[in-house]
Amino acid sequence: MAQTGRLILPASKPFGVPLRPVTTLRILIIAAVLVGWEALAASGLLYRDVVPSLLAIVRALVATLRDPAFYFHLGTTAYEIGIAMLIGGLSGLAVGIALGGSKFLSRAYEAYLYYLGPCPKIIFFPIMIMWFGVGPGSKIAMGAISCFFPVALNAAGGMREIDKVLIRVGRSFRASTWQMVSKIYLPAMRHPVINGVRLGLGVALIGTLLAETKLSNRGIGFLVIQAYSIFNMPQMYALLIILFVISIGANSLIGRIGRLDSIKRN
Amino acid sequence: MTAVALARTRFAPAALGLFSFVVLIALVELLIRIGLINRFIVPMPSDIIAAFPRVVVEEHVLQRFLLTASEAFSASILVTIFGVAGGVLLHRYRLLRLATETWVAAVAAAPLVLMYPLYLVIFGRSALTIVMMGFTAGLAPIVLKTLEGLSGTRRVLINVGRSFSLTASQQFWKILFPAALPTIFVGLRLGLIFSLINIVGVEFLINFGGLGQLINELAERYDLPGTYAAICFVILVSICVFIIMERLERWLRPAD
Repeated sequence: MAQTGRLILPASKPFGVPLRPVTTLRILIIAAVLVGWEALAASGLLYRDVVPSLLAIVRALVATLRDPAFYFHLGTTAYEIGIAMLIGGLSGLAVGIALGGSKFLSRAYEAYLYYLGPCPKIIFFPIMIMWFGVGPGSKIAMGAISCFFPVALNAAGGMREIDKVLIRVGRSFRASTWQMVSKIYLPAMRHPVINGVRLGLGVALIGTLLAETKLSNRGIGFLVIQAYSIFNMPQMYALLIILFVISIGANSLIGRIGRLDSIKRN
Repeated sequence: MTAVALARTRFAPAALGLFSFVVLIALVELLIRIGLINRFIVPMPSDIIAAFPRVVVEEHVLQRFLLTASEAFSASILVTIFGVAGGVLLHRYRLLRLATETWVAAVAAAPLVLMYPLYLVIFGRSALTIVMMGFTAGLAPIVLKTLEGLSGTRRVLINVGRSFSLTASQQFWKILFPAALPTIFVGLRLGLIFSLINIVGVEFLINFGGLGQLINELAERYDLPGTYAAICFVILVSICVFIIMERLERWLRPAD
């Protein structure tokens, strides 16, 4: 367990290579990409606006971020993902604890989760529309289904890795089921659960946004597909940049929360 | 046989899993028949089973399956060549790796499938969009796992190569690559699964191609048993592919 809790701090000279050339190379790569992009935009080799000028993208980015309607759509998507994470995460956690806690149940049902987990969830969207309507309900359901599997599988795996001594300590104190979950299981399996939530957030985001692109009248996914419909390419690039920044940021934030605990322990 | 003894037998858990599945289906059928579940929202499981042959014959499932398989195959070839080459490149040039490895990891965590409207504009509503989406989704895990495999080669193996005075090319083909193969196979499996998920997903979203489009078409026709049957079919195909890939990975992986 000591190994899993070890924090590897970034070295100032990893692999013996000083930091300076790395930064220089990064700047060079970024500059080459930007110059190449601008040259392609100006060349007219592709259809007009497929590769818009960087200036147009920056302008669209600023306009999108200054538009109050964008925050309404962002709020809608955030609400859908939040509720989806709550439903999918909690049910995944409960199922994971139940499966991880019993070898028999795990052998009976875990294979179903293991193989259903990687299936393309978006194909369930027509069913979700029939069950929950065309509003936010079907998007929440898509996010919840997507999020459920990684959380359940990680929680089940984490539950199996809990030190048996801790469980015996809980039982010797005659802890109730709720006390066992809140005082023993969850604290002991926090790393795999946080990892599951990180993965779950990624797929919930995809599930919800893809559902919004397919059939919706609000949300960031709707804005993306609307930009496609009216061929507003700078806005589409701007929205994709915002989405990637938000999702990568949220992913690394949850990763950091997981690592914070390791820092405290060290 | 007591309950405990039954629980200890090898097949009891699998039998319970299957039994629960059958009971659940029977329960849904019963609830629909007595009217507690609306049959215009959830079709009867017996209707779904009856719709299978119709969907297979009338909707040309075999042709659709082959179309999706050919898209997945093209994406797999692309993703394998570029993914492994990318990993080797990053391993070969240490500075490049230090500069870009975190970027590749960030790309792996990004919801790339949301770029499908952009690909629609660039490649048109065609199989190329679907293949390129599959390629984009599967690339990063293969690059990262190839890099991880090559970097994880045991020092002693590299030293053996050096003591035989192997050239850089011999060192790569005789030592580094074989040692990295198990990890590369893990990356290939992950990357190919990501590709497949995205291919079926984008087929559904843009209503073009094979199995994904089938679900969309049936849903738009409000053919409920057909839609459910098509979804079950896609799930079964996906599960078969995952099992085959897993077996293939185990079979191809050299013994540790």
